Amino acid sequence: MIHKFDVVIVGAGGAGLRAAVEIPKEYSCAVISKVFPTRSHTGTAQGGVCAALSNEEEDSWLNHAFDTVKGSDYLGDQDAIEIMCQDAPRAIIELEHMGMPFSRTKEGKIAQRKFGGHTKPEDPNDPNSKRVPVKRSCYSADRTGHVMLQTLYENCVKNNVKFYSEYFLTDLVIEDGICKGLTAIDMATSEIHVFQAKAIMFATGGYGRAFRITSNAHVGTGDGCALVYQAGLPLEDMEFYQFHPTGLWRLGILVSEAARGEGGILRNNANEPFMEVYAPTVKDLAPRDMVSRAIISEIRAGRGILGSDGTHYINLDLTHLGKKVIDEKIPEITGFARTYLGVEPTKESVPIQPTAHYAMGGIPTNYDTEVFADNKGNVVKGFYAAGECACVSVHGANRLGTNSLLDIVVFGRRGGKKIAQYLPTAEHHEFKQDPKERTRALMNGLLERNGGEKISTIRRELQQSMMDKCGIFRNEKELAENKELIKQYKERFKNISLQDKSKVFNTDLIEAIELGNLLDIAESVNESALIRKESRGAHTREDFPKRDDANWMKHTFITKNESGDPKIDYKPVVKTRFEPMERKY
Amino acid sequence: MQVTFKILRFNPETDNEPHFEEYRFEGHENMTVLDCLHKIKWEHDGSLAFRRSCAHGVCGSDGMRINGRNHLACSTLLKDLNTKKTIVIEPLPALPIVKDLILDMTDFYEKYKAVKPYLINNTPVTEDSERLQSNENAEKLFESAKCILCACCTTSCPSTWSNNNYIGPAALLKAYRFVFDTRDEAADERLDIIDTPDGIWRCHTIFNCIESCPKEINITWHISQLKKELSNREL
Repeated sequence: MIHKFDVVIVGAGGAGLRAAVEIPKEYSCAVISKVFPTRSHTGTAQGGVCAALSNEEEDSWLNHAFDTVKGSDYLGDQDAIEIMCQDAPRAIIELEHMGMPFSRTKEGKIAQRKFGGHTKPEDPNDPNSKRVPVKRSCYSADRTGHVMLQTLYENCVKNNVKFYSEYFLTDLVIEDGICKGLTAIDMATSEIHVFQAKAIMFATGGYGRAFRITSNAHVGTGDGCALVYQAGLPLEDMEFYQFHPTGLWRLGILVSEAARGEGGILRNNANEPFMEVYAPTVKDLAPRDMVSRAIISEIRAGRGILGSDGTHYINLDLTHLGKKVIDEKIPEITGFARTYLGVEPTKESVPIQPTAHYAMGGIPTNYDTEVFADNKGNVVKGFYAAGECACVSVHGANRLGTNSLLDIVVFGRRGGKKIAQYLPTAEHHEFKQDPKERTRALMNGLLERNGGEKISTIRRELQQSMMDKCGIFRNEKELAENKELIKQYKERFKNISLQDKSKVFNTDLIEAIELGNLLDIAESVNESALIRKESRGAHTREDFPKRDDANWMKHTFITKNESGDPKIDYKPVVKTRFEPMERKY
Repeated sequence: MQVTFKILRFNPETDNEPHFEEYRFEGHENMTVLDCLHKIKWEHDGSLAFRRSCAHGVCGSDGMRINGRNHLACSTLLKDLNTKKTIVIEPLPALPIVKDLILDMTDFYEKYKAVKPYLINNTPVTEDSERLQSNENAEKLFESAKCILCACCTTSCPSTWSNNNYIGPAALLKAYRFVFDTRDEAADERLDIIDTPDGIWRCHTIFNCIESCPKEINITWHISQLKKELSNREL
């Protein structure tokens, strides 16, 4: 079946839905998603969304921008960061107007709390004075992402947005540098659908499922990023992958920074609050890359707590917060601790470990979400990307907590606006060949393979090797080993056997396509990590422990060359007003 | 420990009717039912179909009937079940089966849409300030806003079983979410929508919805607040 729309958005998380709301009514718009919209991963965000509203204390967008630039370890593009932080208060107020239920202050304004890496100068008259944590994160208990996603979906229902739920993205059609359409499988029937559009936006989310321990939903398989890479287009800064410091031990389920924002403390096996050593000023509210490294360093130094299965964890102590704060401010995450670990957070510490959480890198775009075709600033006509799958880059080498929810509403909207500007002069482009052919070949190819390999086994091994060799601490030897392993997994993937040959909800087939995507993602992450010989933000090289601004203050662009092997280019970082300095907290 | 699962299977391409299949495997008490389904799918039978995503009770994809009780597979641990007996897994009742544990949710979503599940407020606002709302009112909405649309409640309700036109507890809960929001101006419109024989009055306070809600929402209380509002309106 062939569908013709003015706009097709892929992904129904925050970025996709926010963009959809922005498309003017006179244009036809469809949103394709592999899950029903409210099942998207945005819904699992907990702690809040930052904006310098100054509802609880004096703050400014410049403080927010400074923190975001510093948090990014000076790899974020400062023009885009300024746009995001300046637009943040408007974006939050707009969400409120759309109906998002926020926690409130005594005056009835949107309530705000402290969050990792968000600070302001202690003396408002002296920008160089010591920086102290500031209440900047707007929240709805610890379900901020959930209510944001619900609110955005509700507004799509109100606007009669057309959804294709449980349609799985399978191909991106780019011919002569023009984005013409895409294909997707209707999961309920396995029928291939072709979508022809004047503008296509990818809002396809992240790829935490490339790692063994992750906070990401099962759907986080980087399908959009992988298709872009497979199309010969670049991916940017793939080596920068964030591990959130506090995932539930062994499970990786997210325990929001809000737990520390409300006063929670990380402790080692001697019950010491060790973050004082690593970040003397902001301690437990240091940015995520630093806290994750601190946790692994404590465990490596023998100060972790030995778990029943022989692995080590660190304790997150919330006991001193009292039942009222725990029940009112962080009920959801403490509920997870009870359900999944059998731990009562009001009485005992919560065992945690770092968990693969967020991709700073992705599909390179300008700050209007237009996708870059190369490292020289040329864009692919009619192609846009926003949200975690995109790299604007506002997060640089390390994202600050809450800035992901901000990113999706600010750039989702900007993308929608840019598309609306483009549409009056845009047209549909005819396909040179039937786009179904490649998708049919992909599906049949996977269904016909018969080498006996299980996709679950390959996936498990890939996730483990990415965790062990391309995780928080990296070095040349292990990254080189991982590169070989990924090649082997790709070979083994050619020999899989699927058990399900049916057409109705063949989730065996969907998982196989997803694994193919994850393998390409893993290749691009590992290769980018291998090449970058410095430590910056979330990318920590044991063999190159220092940040090297002279040689490496630049974005990595990775593409597949003609023979299918990865090739690296670079793009300079955009600097406006923030001079790089040593990143201490 | 040895665990036995009996799962209701149905493939419309080959089966006339659903049938049970049994799976035995080595499990441990901290596994969730979703972990078990994955183990079966990934190690024994790749054709087993079910929905899932976040795997920790937030996305609402994996509502199913576990030993006769509606719940999320990812929020139910083996230690909460009697593993000495066979654990029976079926799709949620009252909605058409598409394949195995996957249901056609169209009817459920249509009922959600029927209550106008979005804030309606036509009073102009300024772009640079939020509408004020007391924290008390905000918190009054939070419990209802926790809903993840998993359909566990609506499909657990005997009123749904006996009459498929019943709007159901999930949609009523969504109506509450907006009727009692001080920022909303369409309470009457929504109350009219639910003030019908197949609307709120088909709720006979049976409490199954509360029993089955994985987010522990006191749904019946919320519905009773709506009933009270409707009675007050009559007076």
